Amino acid sequence: MSTIRKRRLLLPLAVAATVGFALTACTGDIANESAEDVDCSEYEEYGTYEGASVTIGGTIVDIEADRLVESWTDFSNCTGIEIDYQGSQEFEAQIAVLAEGGNAPDIGFVPQPGLVERLADGGWLIPASADVEANADEWWTEDWKAYGTVDDVFYGAPLMSNIKGYIWYSPSEFEENGWEIPATLDELRDLSDEIVAAGDHKPWCVGLESGVATGWPGTDWVEDYVLRLQGADYYDQWVTHEIPFNDPGIVEAFDEVGEYLKNEDMVNGGIGDVSTLVTEAFGTAGLPILDGECSLHHQASFYETFWNAEGGDEVTVASNGDVFGFMLPPENAGDPLAVTGGGEIVTAFTDAEEVEVVRTYLSSDTWANNRVSLGGVISANLGVDPENASSELLVQSIEILQNPETTFRFDGSDLMPGAVGADSFWSGIVDWVTGSDTQSVVDAIEASWPSS
Amino acid sequence: MTTEDLVGKILQVVMGLVVFAAIVGLLIFFIDKAPKKGRDYWQLAGFLLPALILVAIGLVWPAIRTTFLAFQDNSGAWSLDNFVWMFTQPAAIRTLINTVIWVLLVPTFATLVGLAYAIFIDKSRGERYFKALVFMPMAISFVGAGIIWRFVYEYRSGDREQIGILNAIVVAFGGEPVQWLQTDPINTILLIVVMIWIQTGFAMVVLSAAIKGIPTEQIEAAQLDGTNAWQRFRNVTVPGIRGSIVVVLTTISIATLKVFDIVRTMTAGNFNTSVVANEMYTQAFRASEVGRGSALALILFVMVLPIIVYNIRILRQQREIR
Repeated sequence: MSTIRKRRLLLPLAVAATVGFALTACTGDIANESAEDVDCSEYEEYGTYEGASVTIGGTIVDIEADRLVESWTDFSNCTGIEIDYQGSQEFEAQIAVLAEGGNAPDIGFVPQPGLVERLADGGWLIPASADVEANADEWWTEDWKAYGTVDDVFYGAPLMSNIKGYIWYSPSEFEENGWEIPATLDELRDLSDEIVAAGDHKPWCVGLESGVATGWPGTDWVEDYVLRLQGADYYDQWVTHEIPFNDPGIVEAFDEVGEYLKNEDMVNGGIGDVSTLVTEAFGTAGLPILDGECSLHHQASFYETFWNAEGGDEVTVASNGDVFGFMLPPENAGDPLAVTGGGEIVTAFTDAEEVEVVRTYLSSDTWANNRVSLGGVISANLGVDPENASSELLVQSIEILQNPETTFRFDGSDLMPGAVGADSFWSGIVDWVTGSDTQSVVDAIEASWPSS
Repeated sequence: MTTEDLVGKILQVVMGLVVFAAIVGLLIFFIDKAPKKGRDYWQLAGFLLPALILVAIGLVWPAIRTTFLAFQDNSGAWSLDNFVWMFTQPAAIRTLINTVIWVLLVPTFATLVGLAYAIFIDKSRGERYFKALVFMPMAISFVGAGIIWRFVYEYRSGDREQIGILNAIVVAFGGEPVQWLQTDPINTILLIVVMIWIQTGFAMVVLSAAIKGIPTEQIEAAQLDGTNAWQRFRNVTVPGIRGSIVVVLTTISIATLKVFDIVRTMTAGNFNTSVVANEMYTQAFRASEVGRGSALALILFVMVLPIIVYNIRILRQQREIR
């Protein structure tokens, strides 16, 4: 071999080596090597499965996904089950297609009971093992267990939760003006009128824009009002279509919400007039509260992280801080709290021992406490110690969830068929706030309800 | 993922390529050794079959299955519900009407503007730069264009600073800012403008090349006959490039029928702007109404069909002339 030939070989080899080294930095080698010795006594009951691996798909992305992965690292190291999580915002749209093609992940975190039902009807889901069911019975209420149950078959336990129906406000503004936290819906209305009368800004700020899902924050409003005005039984019949969508009770709830959302005096504080509801992104809509241009903002518990959009902790979320939330009150003073909320169901597409072991762990109080301690989320798992939650609001949310007096109902649009819950209900809200009357909107949504 | 996995994956890719090359090599080897009798047919089959099989798996079978699904409801029973829904629901009818508006406006305007531009800059100084200017939007993806134009139409309420150029102009002339993308029916027209902006460059380039292909003798003869510029354009240029105009019109029409990304990025189909392709995706994947999505896909296919047929016929005629 001549020297020229040697040189020709040397360069590509050098390049390949450099690229190889650079790639090791991107891959998980280093993380694997630095896995410390953890105390595995907690995980002994699960046994060890050397070389087993489980893939998980879900809608959770970015920092939330990192925390999720962190929450099962110890379990993974102790049991030897490698867990590979892939988050995608298109997960809900793709999972049925993947399942039908036989390419679904082993486990799917499905955020909608309606979708669980559809996947079960397609025959793609593996019923939960006895261990998972035992955990569900021990750590979750009947309501929550029912969300993973289709036709009396239990397909999966819940994972995390969020509570909707918080009204965000500025505690200092309330104190200065001597406003009380409303205890009934009427008091909330009186408070709003009082702010309107004061005349220096509109009381509510609302944002419904959310890309292809524009309109969903408005469905939360309607669901909250249906649950409070018509009660839990009515709500259950509404989401299962035993009560039609254009029932007078639903119209009433819409009109009550319309008193705020379609009222030029009430919205849109610090943003503009009523027409800006559909252009204002849901993530930024509450921020005028910080400038005193708006006093009230209706959004779920997850909105806590949106106050500091840039990260950091400039805005303090606490009952004596810059902003805090109170639960949308019941209709009559002293009624027990009724809250709507959401969560994920841990479904399985692969029938394997290691998959069930992972599901068992995810439905245990150990995991729930692990994840809640990492911050930013809550779980309805009854074994969670509220004090583990990362903020005052989340502690309060867990206490609401664990209170036996609380009536909890899953977000209605997630329970309805996709044609309504992920399509016509959203677009109906958009039409409604941009001028259509209530009756024609609920009639259109009713007409879109699939026949089968 | 560890390096070991990565190396494994790279090896898999390499193996796949090697296997593919081996199969093709074997195929060619055997075709070469085909029996003398009917060798042409053996070779024909050998080269055509792989492509035909792939087309059958990837195109023909899905098309047939979509057709079946369009006539089924969610439980798999045969019914015409999906078509009833499509032609009775106001929202669905609006989707069909919007698509028709798109197909009427986009090809017409893109071709007209492209043709006029091509004529005006023909043989001018700096023609290449003028062409590049108009052709540039072609290089932008529809999603990218959608995001750019969303900023153009951006709305801020009256007392705040306008960041959308269109509203900034309106306010500068003392008007009130308008919610462009939320106001029906102007919003559909504004979305159509985006598509025209993208497609004009394509029309201009193709037509410009065709104009240059017209023999100068014809133009000179027309000049000697004392025609003015408009008559020359009407009676010499346009007949000379008729074939190209048809190709441009049909190509843009088909692209327009399939339009999805612009609508999805800019309005997500809200505010009465949805078109068939967008609604098809929404119904099939978001609303999990596969039947309705398939019915819309079928309608789209039916809409494209006459354009394709017309296109092929024109091309045939041209070939006969030559």
